Amino acid sequence: MSTDNVMSNSKAKSAEGEYLTFVLGAEEYGLEILKVQEIRGYDAVTQIANTPEFIKGVVNLRGKIVPIVDLRIKFNLGKVEYNEFTVVIILNLHGRVVGIVVDGVSDVIALKEEQIRDVPSLVTSIDTKYIVGLATVAERMLILVDIEQLMTSQEMALVDAVAA
Amino acid sequence: MTIDMSQFYEVFFDEAEELLAEAERLLLGINIANPDNEELNAIFRAAHSIKGGAATFGFMDMTEITHVLENLLDKIRKNEMALTAEHVDAFLAAKDVLKMELDGHRLATEVDQEQVADVKMMLKQLSEAGAVATPVATDSTVSVSATPPPVEFSAVAEIAQNEIPDGTSCFNIVMPDITEKDVENLQEELGLLGLVALSKQSDGHFVITLTTDSSQADIVSICSFIVDPDDLVITLKTDASPVKAPQVAEIKPVVAETVESKADTGTKVLVQEEVGYGLFEEEGKEKQEEGYGFFAPFQPHPDAVKANLIGDDTALTLANSGTTSAQLAASTAKVEATPVSTASQDADRRNAGRRESDKVPASAEASSIRVGVEKVDQLINLVGELVITQAMIEQRISMLDPVHNEALINSVGQLTRNTRDLQESVMSIRMMPMDFVFSRFPRMVRDLAAKLNKKVDFVTVGAATELDKGLIERIVDPLTHLVRNSVDHGIEIPENRRKAGKSDSGTLTLSAAHKGGSIVIEVTDDGAGLNRDKILAKAQSNGLPVSENMTDSEVFSLIFAPGFSTAEVVTDVSGRGVGMDVVKRNITAMGGSVDIRSALGFGTTISISLPLTLAILDGMSVSLGQSVYVIPLNLIVETLQPRAEDIKTVTGEGRMVHVRGEYLPIIALHSLFNHATDITDPTQGVLVLLESDGKKSALFVDRLVGQQQVVIKSLETNFKRIPGVSGATIMGDGSVALILDVAALIQMGQSTNYITGAASFSNQNNQHMQSNA
Repeated sequence: MSTDNVMSNSKAKSAEGEYLTFVLGAEEYGLEILKVQEIRGYDAVTQIANTPEFIKGVVNLRGKIVPIVDLRIKFNLGKVEYNEFTVVIILNLHGRVVGIVVDGVSDVIALKEEQIRDVPSLVTSIDTKYIVGLATVAERMLILVDIEQLMTSQEMALVDAVAA
Repeated sequence: MTIDMSQFYEVFFDEAEELLAEAERLLLGINIANPDNEELNAIFRAAHSIKGGAATFGFMDMTEITHVLENLLDKIRKNEMALTAEHVDAFLAAKDVLKMELDGHRLATEVDQEQVADVKMMLKQLSEAGAVATPVATDSTVSVSATPPPVEFSAVAEIAQNEIPDGTSCFNIVMPDITEKDVENLQEELGLLGLVALSKQSDGHFVITLTTDSSQADIVSICSFIVDPDDLVITLKTDASPVKAPQVAEIKPVVAETVESKADTGTKVLVQEEVGYGLFEEEGKEKQEEGYGFFAPFQPHPDAVKANLIGDDTALTLANSGTTSAQLAASTAKVEATPVSTASQDADRRNAGRRESDKVPASAEASSIRVGVEKVDQLINLVGELVITQAMIEQRISMLDPVHNEALINSVGQLTRNTRDLQESVMSIRMMPMDFVFSRFPRMVRDLAAKLNKKVDFVTVGAATELDKGLIERIVDPLTHLVRNSVDHGIEIPENRRKAGKSDSGTLTLSAAHKGGSIVIEVTDDGAGLNRDKILAKAQSNGLPVSENMTDSEVFSLIFAPGFSTAEVVTDVSGRGVGMDVVKRNITAMGGSVDIRSALGFGTTISISLPLTLAILDGMSVSLGQSVYVIPLNLIVETLQPRAEDIKTVTGEGRMVHVRGEYLPIIALHSLFNHATDITDPTQGVLVLLESDGKKSALFVDRLVGQQQVVIKSLETNFKRIPGVSGATIMGDGSVALILDVAALIQMGQSTNYITGAASFSNQNNQHMQSNA
């Protein structure tokens, strides 16, 4: 990719800020705190026909119909079970409200630019273009996700195909 | 102090648009031979209000037109000139030009200056033509302050009556404690609205007396730049006093007069009033009575108190001591209760007042507020939430012991009723009368008929029928199309009508009525009607699948087929069909349906049926496994539990049900939606017979849950469109239920191999679905 340099520069610059960290299986992820609307437990969802398995369905969030995505299923991480400890992070992405199911929410941390490293090219189930960078915090590695790009991507099947 | 006026432009634009529409409605309805004075006044007022607003905001082009328009109107109003059809045409043309200019300012559209000049010229010529005939003062909108001081009271009254335009009001505005400079500023600002006089009360408060055609809200909005509107005490008088005007001119220079001289003024008016009752019509009396408002800032003369001015004075005293408007209102009520002179006079005055309010739509405006649609929608959403919460509480309560919790249960019952009332009233906010749509057609029909040399009587029925605002806006285009079609192609020219033994002028009826849960809008003409044979022939040549056995309604529906259009064919229905497919599509998109009834030679009725509101749906909830789905009730024909012998198959699959001689395809929702359920045999479940777009199918679900009204929520706000689902709703227990898109379901059911899986949906999730199943 010829734009790699440009991209990594802009990524590093915009990556500084506060992150909400959450756990998926054994890995720790972070997403920009400003995208988070609220965190709540997992309620009964209404299944939606003919959607991918990781789209659990929709819930009533104070009158809004909000789709719920289970990232554990999407990325094949962690044990998929739903109990009173299952956490849903409600994201507000430019007015679109989406919920993601994760194994747990751990912390809110402020990251400085120098703490963030670029991602090497890898073959993973999460496309590296949705990863802003990697951060090291007290010996733990944080995977910083561009949650907005990820949730509006084609593969999440959450939005209508724009090109179509 | 500088004010950004542009933030008020929208208000002016809205108002001007409404006023123009109102003026047009009145012009079209006016009886030329014997015009109703009140109607003329109303038109005049509309023109005047636009003029005032345009001048305030600096739209001089609009001010100029309205000014000449006003001159001409004023002469007609005062019977100096007889109203002719020419005048009405000129006024309508002026209205168009104003609209054009308004759009020019608002949307930056092209303004045809030539047309503007033409209309201005036409109005001027008409106006001058009249001036020659009646050598009375040509400029009728002389500034009020220029009126000569009174010499003889009766004369004053006459002049004033002639020269003060109707629709003006007099306000006394008592200022709170503010600096003189602010008062000056305020006086300047208010000067834009009308005539201003400043005085100072004994307690040091300034009082501005304003004669204007603007509403109290306008004044408050202007004042609010400088002072807190809550601190203002504004006394409103409905009509400017003819007496007051000369008094303004006289008194202005001597504001600081002593009490004695003020008292003189008071007596003078008293005399005037007595003279006035003999001279004026009721309206004049009304004005005169109101005129006393002018003196409110002064210390009342004892005589004046004795005369029936008690009410006003009370208001004044209270206002002076800086009371709240509530108290003021109370004192105004007292005015009514105070016995004044004689009972008959009192009644007269009240009658006059009532008539005044009848004919002035502007005064009704004061009791309404403009609110953004999104605020209303938010309110509706919140109330929807409340209803759901309320239902949850009710559900919980029903599990309690009724004996021990009687009080609680009663309270919840009351809460239920209140919530329902609240929901109803909130929903009604979005409702607007159909008149909003209908009112634009008289003009269109008139112009179109004139252009085509046809005579058309336009009748509207049920204009008060209310419909959701969202639907109102979307019904305009299809209706315009249908009305135009009816005038153009339905109603014949007078000659042909005579030949057919009908009266020269055709009748076009636009009607709206509630029928069940929907509103039915019909466009009816008594014209030529649709020719079944010609439509069939045309359809055949277009390659549409038709047969001689089709019912009339099916044949007529063919004109909605795309491409079934243009004038190149079938002479007497030529053009019918231009864009008819668009009409049909628009209406279907609104959840409505179109139906045509026609008899050759007798006319055509096109009937549109729409749901009352977009937000609420009468639904039947059905269950499938653990899930609940909602089916729009209006699409359900019947529900039944089939007997095994009624279920037929073709080649071992493709199940059908035999109902009353018809074979209907069975669409199994569970296989369509890849949904787990225990019931796969139709005889164990329920078949819901659905009809959409003339196609019937039987939807196989587990069981019926119940019938209820649901609030429609969009899935697309946060998600995306799902095939077969038109939206979602929130059930009483707070869970989400999906609303089925019946038309799409039927289509999906008919597309090839749904039974063997969902492979037939051409959406991107295919592989996921397979793994899902």
